[in-house]
Amino acid sequence: MTELRHEDAVSRYKPKVRPGRVLMWTLLFIGGLVMITPLLFMFSTSLKPASQVYDLRLIPQDPTFSNYVKVLTTTGFGRWFFNSLLVATIVTCSNVFFDSLVGYTLAKFRFRGRRFIFLAILSTLMIPTEMLVIPWYLMSANFGWLDSYWGIMFPGMMTGFGTFLMRQFFEGVPDDFMEAARIDGMNEFVIWWKIAMPLVAPALSALAIFTFLGNWTAFFWPLIVTTSSELYTLPVGLSSFAVEAAIQWEMIMTGAALATIPTLLVFLIFQRYIVRGVMLAGVKG
Amino acid sequence: MSLQAENTKGAAAGRPEGGGFADRFSMHTKRLVWVWTFLALPVLFYSVIRFYPTLDAFRLSLTDWNLMRPPKFIGFENYAKLFTDPDFWQVFKNTFAYLIFGTPISLVLSFTIAFFLDRVRFGHGLIRALYFMPFLTTAAAMAWVWRWFYQPAPIGVINDVLAALGLPQQPFLRSTTQALPSIMVTAIWAGLGFQIIIFMAGLRAIPTTFYEAARIDGLGEWAILRKITLPLLKPTTVFLVVLSSIGFLRIFDQVYNMTTNDPGGPLGTTKPLVLMIYQSAFSSYQMGYAAAQTVVLFLILLVISLLQLWILRDKS
Repeated sequence: MTELRHEDAVSRYKPKVRPGRVLMWTLLFIGGLVMITPLLFMFSTSLKPASQVYDLRLIPQDPTFSNYVKVLTTTGFGRWFFNSLLVATIVTCSNVFFDSLVGYTLAKFRFRGRRFIFLAILSTLMIPTEMLVIPWYLMSANFGWLDSYWGIMFPGMMTGFGTFLMRQFFEGVPDDFMEAARIDGMNEFVIWWKIAMPLVAPALSALAIFTFLGNWTAFFWPLIVTTSSELYTLPVGLSSFAVEAAIQWEMIMTGAALATIPTLLVFLIFQRYIVRGVMLAGVKG
Repeated sequence: MSLQAENTKGAAAGRPEGGGFADRFSMHTKRLVWVWTFLALPVLFYSVIRFYPTLDAFRLSLTDWNLMRPPKFIGFENYAKLFTDPDFWQVFKNTFAYLIFGTPISLVLSFTIAFFLDRVRFGHGLIRALYFMPFLTTAAAMAWVWRWFYQPAPIGVINDVLAALGLPQQPFLRSTTQALPSIMVTAIWAGLGFQIIIFMAGLRAIPTTFYEAARIDGLGEWAILRKITLPLLKPTTVFLVVLSSIGFLRIFDQVYNMTTNDPGGPLGTTKPLVLMIYQSAFSSYQMGYAAAQTVVLFLILLVISLLQLWILRDKS
C-alpha cells in the first residue's frame, strides 16, 4: 500500500521550496500545535506548585515533581495505575490468544458449522455494550463478580472485532506452511502457535495495541462494576478523585497526566508500528 | 486434504492392534477434534457473555424491576412510558445533536487535514504525531483538562485568552446553549487523529496511475479531487461515517466527566442517551426502564449499520 505513494514519484521533479507548500506546511504545523495544546497545558500545570496554577506560561517557572509525589502517595492513584495496567494486560493477552485462535480456526479449517459460527461472532459487532451492561451487572451480582478484577475483565476477554480481524489475516497465509508442519508430525496447536502466529505478527501487534488502548481508557463498564476505591481503574479513579478535589486543578492535571503518560510513551517508542497498525485495522475492518 | 486423509487411514488400517488411541481416528476426525477443542471455550464465552445477555436485555425491557422485588412482566409499558417522557425527548434531541453536528464536522476536518498532510514529506512524522496524540489519551482524563479550559476567567485558559483579546467572557459549560457544543468540541478533538490516519491510509491506496491519467487529460486539482479522489475514497468515508456516528450516538465519558456536579446538565441540555441509561439503571435502579432505553439505542445503531450495508451495496 505504501509503495503507491503518488506524491513521492511526482514531486521529485519539482523545485524544492514553493510558497504554497510552505504556507500549507505552516498551517498544518500550527493546527498540530493547537491539537496538542491541551496536553501541553496538562503537563505544564502538573509541574507547577499550587500557587502558580493560574500563571498560564507553558514552561513552569520552577518546575517541581511534588504534585506527582503528592498524588501518588496520598491518593489511590498508585493502586489505580496498577489496576489499569493489570486489567489491560490480562485482557490484551486473552484477546491476542483467543481472537487469533478462533480466527485461525475459522480461516484454516473446513468443518460443518464454520459459516454459522463466523456469522454469529460477526453479529456481536452489532450489539452495543450499553445493551449488555444491565444483564452483565445482574450476572456479576449473582456470581459474586461485582467489585472484583474478574468482574472488570470478563466482558472483554474475547471480541468479535479481533476475531474478524485475525480471520482476515489468516486467510492470507498459504496452507503450504501448515501442511509441511503436519507432515513433520506437529500437532495442530503447535502448528498454530509456532508456524501460523509469527506469520501474522503485524496484525497481532495491531490487535494488541487496540485492545490495550481500549482497556486502558475504558470508563463505562469499570465505573458500573467497581464500588470500592481499591478496585477503580485509572479513568474511574481520576473521575472520583477530580470530584473530591474540584478546586485543586494542579492535582487533577497530575492525575490526568498519569493516565496519559503510559500510552504516550508507548506511542513515542512504537510510533511507526502503531500508525501502521491503525491503518491495517482500519482498512481491513 | 482428502488424499492425505485416505493415506493416513490406509496406514492406520495396516498397523497391528494396540496402536495409540489417537491412531484409531482418521485425519479428518482428528482435525475435527482439534477444531472443537479450539472453539469450545470461545463458543461458551460468546453464548454466555454475548448472546444470552442480548436476549436478557430484551426480556428485561418488558419488566418492571427495581432489584428489590422480583421482576414483573408488564409488556410494552416501559416503551410507552419512554415515548411520553419529556426527559427522553430532550435526551433524544441531545444525542442527535451530537451526531448531526459532530460527525460531519469531524469528517470534513479530518479529510482536509489528511488530504494536505498526505502531500507533506518534510517533518511528516512529527506533524502526524501532533494530530494523532489526542487519540491516545483517556477520554475521562481529557474531559477534565477541557473542563478546566472552559472555566471562568482567572482559572480557565480560554476565557483568559478572550480577556487578553478584549473579547467578552463566555459561560461555556455553565450555559444551556453553549454546554453541548463545548463538550462536542472535546469529543471531536479526541477522535480526529484516528480519522486522519484512516483517511491517509485510504488516500495512499489510490493507485498513482489514476492521477497520472487525469493529469494527462488536463484535469485541474479540484476536478481530480471531485472525480477521482472522493469517489475512490467512498468505502473509507462510509466506514468512518458509520464509526463516527456510532461514537457520537454512544457518547458518555466526556459528558459524564465534564458535568459531574450535575450529570448531563445544565438542565439536562447535554445529557445523551447512554447517560440516561446509566442513571435509570444505576442511580434510580429502574432496571426494566433502562433496558428499554438500551433496546432503543440498539435499534438506532442497527439502522445505521444496515444503511452502511445498503450504501456499500449500491456502489457495486
